[in-house]
Amino acid sequence: MENKFNMEFMGLSENEALARTVTAAFITSLDPTVEELSELKTAVSEAVTNAIVHAYPDGVGMVGLSGRICGKKVYITVSDTGIGIDDIERAREPLYTGKPEQERSGLGFSIMESFCDQIDVKSKCGSGTVVTLIKQIGGNKGEE
Amino acid sequence: MNIIETDKNALLVTPEGELDHHLAGKMRTEIDKKLGRGIINIIFDFSHLSFMDSSGIGMIMGRYKRIQKLGGRVIIAAPKPQVKRIIEMSGLLGIIQISPSVKQALRKL
Ligand SMILES: Nc1ncnc2c1ncn2[C@@H]1O[C@H](COP(=O)(O)OP(=O)(O)OP(=O)(O)O)[C@@H](O)[C@H]1O
Ligand SMILES: [Mg+2]
Repeated sequence: MENKFNMEFMGLSENEALARTVTAAFITSLDPTVEELSELKTAVSEAVTNAIVHAYPDGVGMVGLSGRICGKKVYITVSDTGIGIDDIERAREPLYTGKPEQERSGLGFSIMESFCDQIDVKSKCGSGTVVTLIKQIGGNKGEE
Repeated sequence: MNIIETDKNALLVTPEGELDHHLAGKMRTEIDKKLGRGIINIIFDFSHLSFMDSSGIGMIMGRYKRIQKLGGRVIIAAPKPQVKRIIEMSGLLGIIQISPSVKQALRKL
């Protein structure tokens, strides 16, 4: 099956729940298991929280959330137009955080990676970050 | 979220719903107001928590560091499978114990 959505919200912490709820509702038609659903919700929560807490150090910016279903594969994209990530490889390392003083533990990217089949991170300093989470729902991982 | 002081110098913290960055911020403020002044232990009752992400881990770690300085302990009671999985992934289990119930957590203090 084929489906898409696209939305934008203010980067306020109360909107983290909104992003998870929209994602959960969007994949309902694929009949995910409880585990698949909580994995994708957690991964989305990590990406959206990063956009809210890291991308806009001087205030509140907009966060984009879009989704695409293609067969059994779900693509969820979280984007911001914030400060960007200067070293993506280092940012993705387990336990790396740029903000230890804010009680962050550097687990976000590791959780996204272990709860999705694949994640793709594109970022440019000064212009923002786009994180795409890719996960197959249901069925044999081998078949498309 | 419910916070009460129990015996054994403990704070029993019972959040409901989803522990993300939004709720973690509120919990941090509420808990830190009560630490010290006789309270040296925290029991997190996670039996009503359906979701947690890394922001919850950061909040728990932060409270653990404060409790450690007070010479007390942090125990997590009754986490659901999704929450338990995140706790296990985080390495938190090396420093914080999980109990099946609040009753048993209290007994450990
Ligand atoms: N959207 C973003 N914009 C700018 N920097 C980002 C963004 N997302 C991540 N980063 C950078 O990458 C680092 C690692 O992110 P990650 O989510 O793994 O850990 P964290 O957010 O620091 O901690 P945790 O997720 O455990 O709370 C962040 O500390 C931040 O420096
Ligand atoms: Mg993060």
